[in-house]
Amino acid sequence: MEIRVDHVTRVEGHGNILASIKDGKVERAILEVVEANRFFEGFLRGRSHEEVAHIATRICGICAMSHSSASVQASEHALGIEITEQTALLRRLIMDAEMVSSHALHVYFLVAPDLLGLKSVIPLVEKAPDTVKLAFRVKLTGYDLADVLVGRHTHPVAVVPGGYTSMPDPTALAQMRDRFIGLRDDMKTTIGILKTLELPAFERETEYVSLQQPDHYSFYGGDIVSTDGGRVSPDDYLDAIQEFLVPHSTAKHSRWNRDSYMVGALARVNNNWKQLHPKAQKVMEELGFKPPVYNTFMNNVAQFIETVHAIEDAIELMEKLLARGIKEEEVPPITRHGRGVGVVEAPRGLLIHDYTYDDGARLVKANCIIPTNQNYANIDRDLEALAAQIANQPKEDVELKLEMMVRAYDPCISCSVH
Amino acid sequence: MVSDKPRVAFFDFACCEGCQLTVLSIGLPLIDVLKHVDIVTWREAMSEKSDEFDIAFVEGSICRDSDVPRLKKIREKAKLVVALGSCAALGGPHVSANRFEKSELLTLVYGEEAGRFAAGEAGEVRPIGDEIEVDVSIYGCPINADEFVSVLKHLLLGRPYRVPNEAVCYECKLNGYECVYDKGMICLGPVTRCGCNAICTSRGHRCFGCRGLVDDPNVNAAKDVLEEHDYTLEHIIGMFQIYSQRAPRVKELAESAAESDAKKKGSEPWRFGSTT
Repeated sequence: MEIRVDHVTRVEGHGNILASIKDGKVERAILEVVEANRFFEGFLRGRSHEEVAHIATRICGICAMSHSSASVQASEHALGIEITEQTALLRRLIMDAEMVSSHALHVYFLVAPDLLGLKSVIPLVEKAPDTVKLAFRVKLTGYDLADVLVGRHTHPVAVVPGGYTSMPDPTALAQMRDRFIGLRDDMKTTIGILKTLELPAFERETEYVSLQQPDHYSFYGGDIVSTDGGRVSPDDYLDAIQEFLVPHSTAKHSRWNRDSYMVGALARVNNNWKQLHPKAQKVMEELGFKPPVYNTFMNNVAQFIETVHAIEDAIELMEKLLARGIKEEEVPPITRHGRGVGVVEAPRGLLIHDYTYDDGARLVKANCIIPTNQNYANIDRDLEALAAQIANQPKEDVELKLEMMVRAYDPCISCSVH
Repeated sequence: MVSDKPRVAFFDFACCEGCQLTVLSIGLPLIDVLKHVDIVTWREAMSEKSDEFDIAFVEGSICRDSDVPRLKKIREKAKLVVALGSCAALGGPHVSANRFEKSELLTLVYGEEAGRFAAGEAGEVRPIGDEIEVDVSIYGCPINADEFVSVLKHLLLGRPYRVPNEAVCYECKLNGYECVYDKGMICLGPVTRCGCNAICTSRGHRCFGCRGLVDDPNVNAAKDVLEEHDYTLEHIIGMFQIYSQRAPRVKELAESAAESDAKKKGSEPWRFGSTT
């Protein structure tokens, strides 16, 4: 059986699935990446730190907040800019906003149709209008919080190294808090729906890599940790993560302790579930998610669990910011020029920006490691394992399930070929 | 299923797909718009595909020659082609990769194996209009969702769409925002195409020129504003190159700026961007 799916749908970017199965044996199963390179690392050179923040964000339209946050964090570390407590709180809140909007897009719009035997969410507009409205509501509430915080989700306006060009309006922020509280009902409804859906059976243990903070579930900053053992500080990521090239991809693959590892919601929940908000832990139990989970398709359940967590975390952060009172703050000064690394958990996993600036605060070197790059090797291993498991099924079923496997990762393909 | 509604398709080339996401983020009003069309191809959002469509929205720029045949095929099939966002309309932020040699960029990213990718990556970064005829351009990085809906309505009604051709200053002043120059920052608003409702200056930042130059920029007036605040064209040319590297006027300015900069700084290499 020869399988070729050109331009896998309901993912970001262009990738093809190629598989050969002979007499029930998998000879090959890979995700071919054919996306054009945009060379961000090349043309960021020569730019001032403020322009770098504006440009680097545009690596990805879907995780724009993550790129913006990793970018300014890298610039701040490189230029010795100390951020204030208020800025740190806002950074965490921005990541929650992105997690809610991005996970909602993936779970409701891109994955759910597969589980309902549909090809897109469009037929649901007539069949289940309330569910479509719910999906838009969750997604756009995350999106609208980004508008209030930084002007726009894609692409943020007010974010600069050291802080913001303007602060969120407290009245608008209070309204967003109320809308986030309103999402609790939507989460309950979604749990009910999720319980009626069935994910494909699959199990393959791998190495799970994520950030880890000592005192809270991290979407922003912390050490890089692996389930295979190993913990590195962001500055030393090159001691752990090795990028390498394969013939079938314009994007790089990555490995650490073994030949592949996984980043993203499943890796984060597996590594840090004890730090999830109690409400998210309760949802985890209710959905029968018992970490460590080795079914890659459960990444989408992990995304939902994180959505519940991010909503609760955002409500708490907004309460805290409103109670402190939002203050206008000057952007702190540059105190040195050198190298700095920024790390965040994008919805799709660990994201690293590594910059070096010259004495004139102009970028001379950039390296960006995208979550999807880190997942590619693992996607290929999973495609092989899944193809072997379903080798005797009809061709269209094999095709669909292999596509679903790629989709489970929520890949950001054009972002990976930045 | 035969329907007489216009058939709409979305395609993308090199970009971040943020403009398609902006369309999706219109939310419920999008569903109302969709009642008047049939979306037949939208890889990012649905699995159905069709080669029969009337209106093609194309996001992304052309970065390599090997992408041209797919773009030309879209043009052949479509009655109308809309450039969706600044990558398609201007080349996008990565248009400034053209400042560097492609071979050098390939080596930077792929190291010793760069040669393997060279053939597939040939060609400059360029807007889709360099390869095919474009009927309407929606500018912006990303697009403004309201403008997308407005363009679609015009196309469905068969009315010509007037692309905004005033400077961002016009919208900024209408909103009553403080002039960015008065705050001590350089801003590209005086010569950049509006239609964004001055979103960047609304949040205390400056205009980065993401919608490109207006058709006939008032360069002399812009020079006056710069001089008034002790800046020269050289200060802003690097900023213009973020989005408008391919605009002939910007190319000319870059050459003259590079010359005068070289004179000033002796053997110092020419640097891009504004002074900070």
